[in-house]
Amino acid sequence: MSSGSAFARNASEASRSSAEARLSVEQVSYAYSANPAQAPLFTLEATSFQAKAGEIVAILGPNASGKSTLLKLIAGALAPMSGRILLNGFVTHSLTARTRAQRIAVVQQESTLLFPARAWEFVLQGRHAHGRSLRFESEDDVLIAKNALAQVGAADLSDRWMDQISGGEKQRVILARALAQQPLLLLLDEPTLHLDIAAQVGLLDALRRLAAENRYTVVVVTHELNLAAEYADQVVLMQRGRCLRVGPPVSIYQRELLEQVFQTPLSVEFGASGRPRVTVLSGT
Amino acid sequence: MRPLTLRRLLLQCFILVVILFVVVIIALKFGAVPVSLYALGRDVLRFLLGQTSQISSDYGLIIWNIRGPRILLAIFVGASLSVAGTSFQALLRNPLADPYVLGVSSGASVGAILALIAAPYLSLPSTLAALLTPVGAFLGATATIAAVYVLGRREGQIDSTTLLLGGVITGSFLSAIITLLMGTVTSGNNRGMVFWLMGNLSTSFQKSVYWFLGVGFFVAAGAIYTTATDLNLLLAGEKEAMHLGVDVRRVRIVVYIAASFLTGLAVSVSGSIAYVGLIVPHVMRLIFGSDHRTLLPTAAFGGAIAVVFADTLARTVVAPTEIAVGAVTAIVGAPLFIYLLRRRLA
Repeated sequence: MSSGSAFARNASEASRSSAEARLSVEQVSYAYSANPAQAPLFTLEATSFQAKAGEIVAILGPNASGKSTLLKLIAGALAPMSGRILLNGFVTHSLTARTRAQRIAVVQQESTLLFPARAWEFVLQGRHAHGRSLRFESEDDVLIAKNALAQVGAADLSDRWMDQISGGEKQRVILARALAQQPLLLLLDEPTLHLDIAAQVGLLDALRRLAAENRYTVVVVTHELNLAAEYADQVVLMQRGRCLRVGPPVSIYQRELLEQVFQTPLSVEFGASGRPRVTVLSGT
Repeated sequence: MRPLTLRRLLLQCFILVVILFVVVIIALKFGAVPVSLYALGRDVLRFLLGQTSQISSDYGLIIWNIRGPRILLAIFVGASLSVAGTSFQALLRNPLADPYVLGVSSGASVGAILALIAAPYLSLPSTLAALLTPVGAFLGATATIAAVYVLGRREGQIDSTTLLLGGVITGSFLSAIITLLMGTVTSGNNRGMVFWLMGNLSTSFQKSVYWFLGVGFFVAAGAIYTTATDLNLLLAGEKEAMHLGVDVRRVRIVVYIAASFLTGLAVSVSGSIAYVGLIVPHVMRLIFGSDHRTLLPTAAFGGAIAVVFADTLARTVVAPTEIAVGAVTAIVGAPLFIYLLRRRLA
């Protein structure tokens, strides 16, 4: 598919979904099992939520709560045991890898390359799903890659080697590659894990701006309660494979509920913006 | 931003074609009997002009019947091993992967020897019998890479160290099988232990074998080349490649089969020539970068250049005695392997 037709597809699908949910997770469950004859090692119970274009959804929960499993199901990397996930009406896991990559971009915690590559080469990889299997990049591809780098403030990194830039810079280039895919849905798995606080805020500011400007639906798995409270429109709270609650941060950030989920004493305050703030109370 | 263009790719290939031509001339000139450049130039010109009947040089026989076919063999063997090495490195995400290191060459040798042993009992027509060795080598290579792949997996993921250890142990086990087979079987087809363990390009074949080599190489290397951009993405891992739109399963099947076929093809006519699939892709990557659209064709030319050159050394260093070409490549390849291993561990 050419980038022009991809744009037309994005435009039509974006307008179709503006009035309705773009992403619809419907009673999705999954079980990991080392051996089919044995009991599952981990089970994700039926989970449902919906997200519109331009919305940021944060999936929160302690370790082993099923956050990453849910993200893999949404990405189409795993097929659900029951239920279904629809993106603009299409079941995600039944799409081919190429079609899925035209609609869904996944930003993983880090990307390790076997051999060194320059940032622009890395970002151009995002155009793979939009062309024939074997081809040379078009001028359109180059333009889209340049724009993607500029959108995350990484235009000056274009000619740098990926193994010679800082963690924060690398994360921005990885995000630029995802933008070069021109997706409808952007999935991020703990994107702020190895970043300092300034880089964390920079990345999430960029995400909020991109979601608003490009009408991406963004789903982020994170451990950062305060960043999720600040940036997310919706929070999906998980515990031991169960989806406990779905809603705006104001309705989810209740002291008793968070203490019970994260097994630690904490306090919740609401600032002038109306967004909640969580403080962990150590030694009490 | 300077993305790859067809023009740049063709220019890179042209440079390597010129180098290959020079190396071929050197290989034609040097040997146990030296040939003058004038006589060589005159004969090459006549050959290019299609005036083969006028080639009357005293050395015509040496050049066209002995050195020429041997050089052609070296070109296809070098290109095949090099493309196979490049593919295995990308697919297994291991810069130390190579048909020889992974034991795939030894597996192909065992397959080829078994085919040679079986041939007299099958009473096949001569054309089919000639293909039995490459087919045996291909099956041996495919079975070995499948075994090494299974050995190299830990918790569903390829583990680089386990994979290499699995390959080395498999290779050592299969070398023992080769020694056993060669010790117990006395057949007219035996080419000797050194051929299968170290590699040798001195065997001459029927014309049809060269055709089979050529066509086989272009089909298998062409199949791998269709996955060149997919291989670029696989360098970041299978999961990431899948999220970027690569049909990982299809690429894995195409590349495993085609790379095993190339290894089998090379081993069936030259035995196990060590480290070509390791050295050449790394050198080409340093010069031209790691984009497989460039790397696969340049590695093919580079492999051809390396093996023609190594074979010329093997023929001339202690002339008139010959040493195994695999010994020459191993003397260069083994230290490079250790260097790469240490750099990786650091």
